[in-house]
Amino acid sequence: MPAVELQSISKTYNNGELKAVNEVSFSVKKGELFGLIGPDGAGKTSIFRILTTLLLPEQGQASVVGYDVVKDYKEIRKKVGYMPGKFSLYQDLSVQENLEFFATVFGTTIEANYDLIRDIYIQIEPFRHRRAGKLSGGMKQKLALCCALIHRPEVLLLDEPTTGVDTVSRKEFWEMLKRLKQEGITILVSTPYMDEATLCERIALIETGNILSIDTPEGIIRQFPKLLYAIKAARMSQLLRDIRQYPEVDSCHAFGEFHHITFRQNEDALAKLLGHLQNLQHQGLEIKAITPTIEDCFINLLAKA
Amino acid sequence: MKQFLAFIRKEFYHVFRDSKTLLMLFGLPIVLIILFGFALTNEIKNSKIMVCDLAKDEASKALIDKLEANKNFQVAGLLANPNQAEAAFRKGDIKLVIIFPENFNEDLLHLKQAQVQIQADASDPNTANTLTNYATNIIRNYQQDLVLNNQAPLRIETSVRMIYNPELKGTTNFVPGVIALVLLLICVLMTSVSIVREKEKGTMEVLLVSPLNPIMVIIAKAVPYLMLSLINLTVVILLSIFLLKMPINGSIFLLFFESTLLIITALSLGLLISNSTDSQQQAMLLSLMGMLIPVMLFTGFLFPLENMPLPLQVISNLVPSKWYYIIAKAIMIKGLGITAIWKETLILIGMTLVLLTISIRKFKIRLA
Repeated sequence: MPAVELQSISKTYNNGELKAVNEVSFSVKKGELFGLIGPDGAGKTSIFRILTTLLLPEQGQASVVGYDVVKDYKEIRKKVGYMPGKFSLYQDLSVQENLEFFATVFGTTIEANYDLIRDIYIQIEPFRHRRAGKLSGGMKQKLALCCALIHRPEVLLLDEPTTGVDTVSRKEFWEMLKRLKQEGITILVSTPYMDEATLCERIALIETGNILSIDTPEGIIRQFPKLLYAIKAARMSQLLRDIRQYPEVDSCHAFGEFHHITFRQNEDALAKLLGHLQNLQHQGLEIKAITPTIEDCFINLLAKA
Repeated sequence: MKQFLAFIRKEFYHVFRDSKTLLMLFGLPIVLIILFGFALTNEIKNSKIMVCDLAKDEASKALIDKLEANKNFQVAGLLANPNQAEAAFRKGDIKLVIIFPENFNEDLLHLKQAQVQIQADASDPNTANTLTNYATNIIRNYQQDLVLNNQAPLRIETSVRMIYNPELKGTTNFVPGVIALVLLLICVLMTSVSIVREKEKGTMEVLLVSPLNPIMVIIAKAVPYLMLSLINLTVVILLSIFLLKMPINGSIFLLFFESTLLIITALSLGLLISNSTDSQQQAMLLSLMGMLIPVMLFTGFLFPLENMPLPLQVISNLVPSKWYYIIAKAIMIKGLGITAIWKETLILIGMTLVLLTISIRKFKIRLA
């Protein structure tokens, strides 16, 4: 039995005008760290709210730890740990008061499950008397994670836990998730950051309510259909325009200090393009073949869809 | 039960850590009681009057002394000539001119009949009426004194007795109304914000994804405010007794019981508003606008309900403070017991149950 399962789930807003989730199906195995990857507005939060029984799906069926999200919502609410995208703890309560409150609400105590949260809680313990509203973004997320974990949930549902958090804290956060996975907790996490996708065991790429692809991160990269090159030159924006106008180029996107290019036919298109660019007086040209990132795959899948 | 207590403790933290809430909870009732208690009164104190004493005899002097001694009047000066009265009125602050004709005392002693003229500035008819009554009363009292001393022939006196409020003190009528207004306003306002605040701040999202029972959440939201309102009630009643000199002729326990009932009604109403709105602002506006005007209009302490057109009288039955006002007046002023007010009490209990049921029904177990 999968820990989380969705079968052609749909959800619309404004009386059907806005399709937030469109026949989405995927399942998360027990003990898996599953990532839902997509930009803002892709429908990630709606999926989380359906799974946490906060929203009713209009179509399809979904279950969490074997319970139906519509019929057995009370059971699900006891068994999952949920961390909404927006910080949702009591800002006027201290770190410790928040944790104690949520422990009591779930009928347990901090002591009973301390071993599960110890690694995380230790980092915020020095500030346990500070009001939650006065914590930094990273510490808020750690506290929220502690509160979501305090009842030792079977499934952890984390909606964009790393949004608005600095790079160091983000890294720490993912390491914590890996440790939690070792404890046997199933984790469904969403993120708009494509670079975080490789930290998951399996991912679903999602855009405007449609699933583009579901696989392991390596599998998704392997499915990338073409050779990918990274190119840079002195005048990057001019370079981008010139490359895009070149007929044999399939796609060209700015990626930090390089542009990523794919070609329609791979044979000697690269050499022809280089000759073309040199004719256009581009200085300091540098080009290399690279392995695609998840973002490349996402853009590619999006262009096909 | 542990969950329930933890929830209540959390609510107390919210109240005590928000200075604005605290100020509203404890400052507002005191300010309202004092403001309404002193401002809302029919009594007219320290009105400036002038006297034109053409008689300058024993009787007129005695009467002027009595006028001066009365706290309602302040004799601002003497006029030499009755014609000056109009000029005095025109200045604006003189409300009454009392003119004693020549030979006032002699007429009184020999003809057994004398006249005093009272001229009043009737641009405000109510004030003029009240002041004229005060002055007439003083003169009648003096006349009675004379009758007793001189054993003059019998005459028929109209005797007016003001029951329950012999001094015609304005506060007596207002205080129960003000207490109702204050309790209703504060309790509705505070609770109406409490649930909607969790929705607005997003904490409702995590609360919903937990084993908490909605009924428990609602009751736990109301309990802290009930406890704080009881403190408020005590303060308000103490203020009424000691500051506004309000008598409590009946059982103070009964008064507390009935007031607690009103508080619970108000809390249920607040919870209903909280469960039906989406933002704190909306909830506040609804409870302020939705409560203030109906309570002021339909409680009966500002405008007599009997004088209203029938449809308005029917509407007034829906306002809880109307029933509380009847109850509180009965206990405080008339000193009556539960046997006299059981009907009103039942109505309040009924309202509370209906409001509480609707607000529990309206509690959304999902986000949309």
